[in-house]
Formats: sequence, structure tokens, C-alpha cells
Amino acid sequence: MIELTNLTKKYQTDKGVLTAVDDVSLSIEKGEIFGIIGYSGAGKSTLIRLLNGLEKPTAGSVEIQDQKISAIRGKQLRQARQKVSMIFQHFNLLWSRTVKENIEFPLEIAGVPKSARSTRALELIELVGLAGRENAYPSQLSGGQKQRVGIARALANDPEVLLCDEATSALDPQTTDSILDLLVSINERLGLTIVLITHEMHVIRKICHRVAVMEAGKVVELGDVLTIFQSPREPITKRFVAQVTEAQGAEETVRRLREAYPAGELVRLGFIGEQTEEPVLTELIRNHPVDVNIIQGNISRTHGGAYGTLILQLKGPDSEIRSAISFLENRQVQTEVISGA
Amino acid sequence: MLENFLPNVDWQDMWAATLETIYMTAMATFFTFVIGLILGIVLFLTQPHQAWANSVVNWLTGALVNIFRSIPFIILIILLIPFTQFLIGTIRGPNAALPALIIGAAPFYARLVLIALKEIDKGVLEAARSMGATTWTVIRKVLLPESLPALVSGITVTAIALVGYTAMAGVIGAGGLGTLAFLDGFQRNRGDVTLTATVVILVIVFVIQYIGDFLTVRIDKR
Repeated sequence: MIELTNLTKKYQTDKGVLTAVDDVSLSIEKGEIFGIIGYSGAGKSTLIRLLNGLEKPTAGSVEIQDQKISAIRGKQLRQARQKVSMIFQHFNLLWSRTVKENIEFPLEIAGVPKSARSTRALELIELVGLAGRENAYPSQLSGGQKQRVGIARALANDPEVLLCDEATSALDPQTTDSILDLLVSINERLGLTIVLITHEMHVIRKICHRVAVMEAGKVVELGDVLTIFQSPREPITKRFVAQVTEAQGAEETVRRLREAYPAGELVRLGFIGEQTEEPVLTELIRNHPVDVNIIQGNISRTHGGAYGTLILQLKGPDSEIRSAISFLENRQVQTEVISGA
Repeated sequence: MLENFLPNVDWQDMWAATLETIYMTAMATFFTFVIGLILGIVLFLTQPHQAWANSVVNWLTGALVNIFRSIPFIILIILLIPFTQFLIGTIRGPNAALPALIIGAAPFYARLVLIALKEIDKGVLEAARSMGATTWTVIRKVLLPESLPALVSGITVTAIALVGYTAMAGVIGAGGLGTLAFLDGFQRNRGDVTLTATVVILVIVFVIQYIGDFLTVRIDKR
């Protein structure tokens, strides 16, 4: 559906050439919710703007449904943009227009007749849950409601792809969740392909099927969300995963635990998918003469399934601890000894 | 009763002069609005990274605007005498004042338009582009409506400045309250005529300000 090939974007700045997007190749399937995560300055904003031609690549190409977005211009590009719509962090509504008029704006651009515009706008207002507010001005709406207008506006011309530029970053956690739920329901009901960029791992966990991690213009890790959460490879990915799995910073937590539980061995277990329901702990305790102390644990739900982490303190003779750990490893539970006794 | 305080005021003349002043101000404001708006939009859209990005046009327009904005109005009138003679066929009367009034005020208003357009949220312009809007659609449906309160308060300020300009033009024979105050009042040493003309000008200014403020509040939905 979306094909990025060796995509590169360089900017000429006062300090020299800045490579915002550096040789990125990836493909996004139809109907997928694809997340791109990175810290600010990683190049994700530029990348998403290359997808609808708001930016032109320095090298490489962007292809959406066999149309080379990076090569077309003028009328062709304007028409393509009606099928690749976008929502924004700061909503970018026209303050001079009511909710309904804002949603009609892209329809006016597409040349839809007045009565059809009105019908379509009311339909979309219903879809995003804003019935009754059609004549309100943006200044009379909350952030979440403004984003709902943004989404309705983006859907007006029946796009194939929805680009979300930090769409929930200006919203509080509760509102973020309700907007994410709306995006999932749109994805499922309309079969829309969604590409979103964010710096919040929570967003990725909650709705994305696959994720690409960006750092310094490059995609450093890419994969299934559940897999990435379970076994992040790159340090930056680990930091993002820690955002949602551990309340405090990972190292801080480990140090504190080590101080609080100086005896024995601390082990972090990672569970994924079905394993979260298997009685691994019961077997461990039955078969191994070690004391098991549960220190910390959580289970997180991602779009593709659940995964959990559990931190255990194992106490007993060294040899028994070794054999307990090798038992865990054999059960294909991701096992990590945090610190030696 | 008024005759006792203002013995020299001929109310018929005063009324005729008032109408002339209103006529000059209204006509000049209208053309200033149109020309200033076009110049302001050109200045805005020829900036770097904008739809018509063109440094040469931007520089030339900017230079033109700055030059005409900097010439003192009374000198501008004199400089424009040949042009006015050619265009209007005379250099006396309200119509003869219009070229100078418009050429003096439009660059000023163009600057205000540019400021107003720069205040528009860049995200909104990006959103319009992302929907596939043409530049013409962006001008009509984004730039103008989103900056309308600032455009209206800008033309209010400009119209008030134009009332002052008409009085100055009056001194060299454009007619209106300026001519009345200068020829009838000052030169014939009739203080009451000058005073009355001043009061009428003040009333005109206050009315313009009131209308401008009313409209600005009315259209601003932010």
C-alpha cells in the first residue's frame, strides 16, 4: 500500500546540511495501523510530511497505491492529497468556521455540491460523536472535541490513508485514550490505513500493529508491536518500552530493588501472549527448593496481545538458584538476571 | 442660539463640506482596501517558503510599499500633480484628491495586511495544503477569513488616517472640511468655522472607530 524506498530528506541550515530523514525504506500494508516513534528531532515529522508531499524528498521515493507521491506535483498532487489526509497535534481548525463548516472545507476543495457537503458533514459529525455541536466554533470546544473535528475533516473525502501527526500529544491521558479508541474503530470500520507518529509508547502499545523506531533520521528497529515490547533490541527502543512498563526509570528501579532485597538473586521475567496464562511460577516453586518472592509485576495489553514482566527474588543455595533459572530459560520465558548476589 | 456662539458658520457650506469629506474618505478607503489587500497578499505569498516564493517580486513590492509609505503626504500630493492632471483632468476638487489619498494610504494598509496574514496559524495553512487546496482557495477560504478581524481593524485605522489626509488635501484645494477650515476659517480669521469643522471631523473619526470596533468584535470567533 505504502512503499518508502531509500527515502532521504536533507535541509540546508545555517550550520550546514541537516539530514532529517536518512535512507528510510519500509512498506506499510493496507488496513494497518503503523506507528513511528522517536524523540523530537528524530525526523518523524519530516517523514510523515513526505508521505503526502508536503515535503519533497532529496532522494528516494514515496509510493502510495502505485502512485509516486514524491514525483507528482500540481493538480495531480492536490488530488492525491484528498486520499491521503492528515490530522495534527494542534488540530489546525479554522477558527472562523463552525464545526460543520470546518468539516465541509475539504469537500469544498474537492468541488462537492453544497447539499451533498452538508449531508456528508452531518454524517461525519455523528461518526465522531459530536452530534449537537455542529454549529459550535472551535473556541467553544475542548481539545478532545477539536481533534474529533480534525478527524471528521480528514475523513470527509473518503481517504485511503490517514496520517496522524502527534495527534494526541496535546491531550490529557483520558482524552488521548478516547481519541485512540476512535482511531481504532475507524480503522476497523472503514478499513483505513493509519500512519501515526508519536513520542509516546503508550499510543503505540494501545493501537498500533507494527512500529518503526526512529533515531537521527534512521529507522533503527521495526517490527510487530508485541515483539518489540517483548524483546526490544536497540537501547532507544528499550527506553521507549520502559516508558510504559516501569513507572520509574528502569535503572533507578533496579538499584532500589537491589538495595531493598540484598539477598539471593533478582530475576526479571518477560511473558508474552499465551505464556501469561501458563502456571510457570507454580512449577518453579514445586520443583525447585528455592524461596520465591514476587517483588514487582505487571501485565500490559497491546493491540496484538498481552505481555507481562515479573521481578522475582530467588533465595536459596546457589546451585538451586542456577537450576531454577535454567528451568525458566527452558520454558522459553524471557529471563534476565538483574544482579548477582 | 447657535448663531450667537458661531456667528460665521454657514451651515449649508458646512454640510456640503462634510459630504465632500465623507465622499473622499469613503472612496479612498474603498480603493485603499482593494489595492492594499492585493499588495499585502503579494507581499505575504512571495515570502520564502510560501506558495509564490519569489525574492525579486517580494523585494520590489516591499521597496515600492516602503517608498510610498515614507513620503510625507503633503509632498506626495504635490509630486502627484501631473499624474492627477492626466488621470482626472483637473487638480481641484474631491476627485482630484483621490489618487494621492489612495497612493498614500494603500502601502500603509498593505503593511497592516501583511502583519495580519503573518498572524495566521501556520498549521492551518499546512492543513489546507494537506487537503489539496489551490493557492486561490487558500487566499479566499483561509487567508482572508482567518485574518478578517485584523484586516477590519487595519482598515479602520487607515480610514481614520485618510480623514486626516483629506483635511491636508483640503488645504491645497481638494474641498471638504479641510478647505473650509483653512480658507474660510483660518485665512479669514473666523475661529468658530475652524472649530466647528474640527468638531465635525472628530465626529466622523469617532463614527468610523465605532463601526470598526463593532465589526471586529462581531466577526472574531476566537
